[in-house]
Amino acid sequence: MSTPDLEADALSKRFADHVAVDSLSFKVERGSFFSILGPSGCGKTTLLRMIAGFIAPDGGDIAIGGNSMRGVAPNRRPVNMVFQQLALFPMMSVGENVAFGLARRGMGKAEQVRRSTAMLERVGLAGAADKRVDELSGGQRQRVAIARSLVLEPTLLLLDEPLGALDLKLREHMKIELKQLQASFGTTFVYITHDQSEALVLSDHVGVMSQGRFEQLGTPQDLYYRPQTPFVAGFVGANNRIAGRATGRDGALAEVEAAGGWMVRALAQGTIAPGDAVEVFVRPEAAILARDPAQLPPDQPRHSGEVQSLLFDGANSAVLLQEERTRREFRIALPQTGQFSDLKPREKIMFSFDPARAVCFPARAGAVLDG
Amino acid sequence: MAETPVDARWHGRLALGLLLAPALIWLGALIVLPHVDLAVLSLRERTGPRHYVASLAQYKTFLQEPLYWHVFLRTAVMSLFATLFTLLLAFPIAWIIAKLARGRSGSLLFIVCLIPFWVSETVRTLGWMILLRESGVLPALLVKLGITAVPVELLYRDSTIMVGLVYTSLLFMVVPLVSSLESLDNSLIEAAYDLGAGGLAILRTIVIPHAAPGITAGCIVVFMLTLGNYLTPTLLGGKNSQWFTEQIYTQFITRFNWEQGAAFGFLLLALSTAMVVIGLKVSGQRFGDVMRRT
Repeated sequence: MSTPDLEADALSKRFADHVAVDSLSFKVERGSFFSILGPSGCGKTTLLRMIAGFIAPDGGDIAIGGNSMRGVAPNRRPVNMVFQQLALFPMMSVGENVAFGLARRGMGKAEQVRRSTAMLERVGLAGAADKRVDELSGGQRQRVAIARSLVLEPTLLLLDEPLGALDLKLREHMKIELKQLQASFGTTFVYITHDQSEALVLSDHVGVMSQGRFEQLGTPQDLYYRPQTPFVAGFVGANNRIAGRATGRDGALAEVEAAGGWMVRALAQGTIAPGDAVEVFVRPEAAILARDPAQLPPDQPRHSGEVQSLLFDGANSAVLLQEERTRREFRIALPQTGQFSDLKPREKIMFSFDPARAVCFPARAGAVLDG
Repeated sequence: MAETPVDARWHGRLALGLLLAPALIWLGALIVLPHVDLAVLSLRERTGPRHYVASLAQYKTFLQEPLYWHVFLRTAVMSLFATLFTLLLAFPIAWIIAKLARGRSGSLLFIVCLIPFWVSETVRTLGWMILLRESGVLPALLVKLGITAVPVELLYRDSTIMVGLVYTSLLFMVVPLVSSLESLDNSLIEAAYDLGAGGLAILRTIVIPHAAPGITAGCIVVFMLTLGNYLTPTLLGGKNSQWFTEQIYTQFITRFNWEQGAAFGFLLLALSTAMVVIGLKVSGQRFGDVMRRT
């Protein structure tokens, strides 16, 4: 196996009394798209800036392409960064922006122009070299920022929430474009974002970060279907959270009693003994709705609730129920067939979910039992 | 009756005119009128008591008398150097205020630059004299430290004039520089650094192009102030100062030759106008952009 393009070893950084990055170790394979996903303040920006070289780590080491980056200044690292606000140089034309790094390497003018023109062509901006930066649209600027970095053929391209400033439609479009660009260039991308959809759509691997540590590192499918911590279950994708106490085990399943005596079963993660406080997570699309109990799978526990509101959002439509016993909100995705789109508020309805598709974790310290 | 669009436009113009009236009267009465009169004065020659003819004699005298155009050139060159030194000194100060000092310490530094201006220019210049004259503080200190055997006269030298001019002009350079450097997005500097640029390359390709309007604005203001300064060169340079404003003063007040003084005034105006035009051309700036920075 080849050396990983990026390897962090027990990397840490602390600011005053706050640990931003807490002895983090991970590897990013050559040519892969790696995302670091986390809420704001989780330390992901600090991590990225340490990789770029703008912040020196307090401990640990970063190796890029197998070489330690200790004491290497940002302008000497084989790493380039796409900034959150893109940071295109307004005093230069598009072509000069792309050629900037080449010029700093002392490359001849003709070669600079040849390479930057070819790069602009590759990102679909042929003929834009003489334009001013402010003549471009948001998506085009995005591509210039990426072209400006990729023209230097870095080992690693860092992207700091580059889609954050775009409007929703363009963001969806740029997601696909980014993925295609990465696939066609084969450069290793390290992408940070707080948007779980970006991380899931784009990445080969995702590290979910919280309080300076990776909660879980895996493929998007792993994170979504096999979350290993309650934080990941709650942060990645929509999830219904049920707090309760374990009452017993049934093989791999834990039996849980929530407030009001509501009994649910879910796949146990970690050690759970009867009487422990636990958190159960059920995906909205894991539950099945039925007006007639006979239509629910016979081997699954049945639950019932009262419709609170119908959240129509095309293919992502859902219904918000109030579970009968706990009186807590429960979200269930509506089937794509359009069935149940006639649900009315305060209507009683039955639902069930496969316990094997729900997960149960020991409750986090400090987690609200009934939250 | 409803207002027609034409009426409305006319009213708008009237309102704008009234609003601008004080400024226009001020400009007309205090700037344009005296200059028209000066222009007329400078273009005539006294041939006898109360008898004048139109002529270019005043300007001819300027060219024929080496003292006059020597002083004129000397003033121009020294003003250029004073502007350059002020820029070199103000740039790091502005950089510290705009980029390195955060919050309170930034405004504190700014106030430190401003405080000398609470004192009148005369008093400040006299302060320099107290420090620099032969029996002053600095020569005494030099003797005490054993650097010089006897107190040295530090006044009445070109370098003293230069120090005084730079000191007087500093704030007028720092203000536009700070405002133009503050508007420079730090991520541009980081991006340039990330793309392989070193400190000097960042200064040359990112910082200076961004700050160009501020630099030009500061240079224009400082050059004009220095060129037209009377007090600092006279007090710090004494008889050796040979500043062009002194020549104007001499013509008007001592020699009572208003015609010659008016011609000198116009030459100074032409010089500063020419320098501004050249400065804008060289730096590739537009006058409007630059003036918004001052």
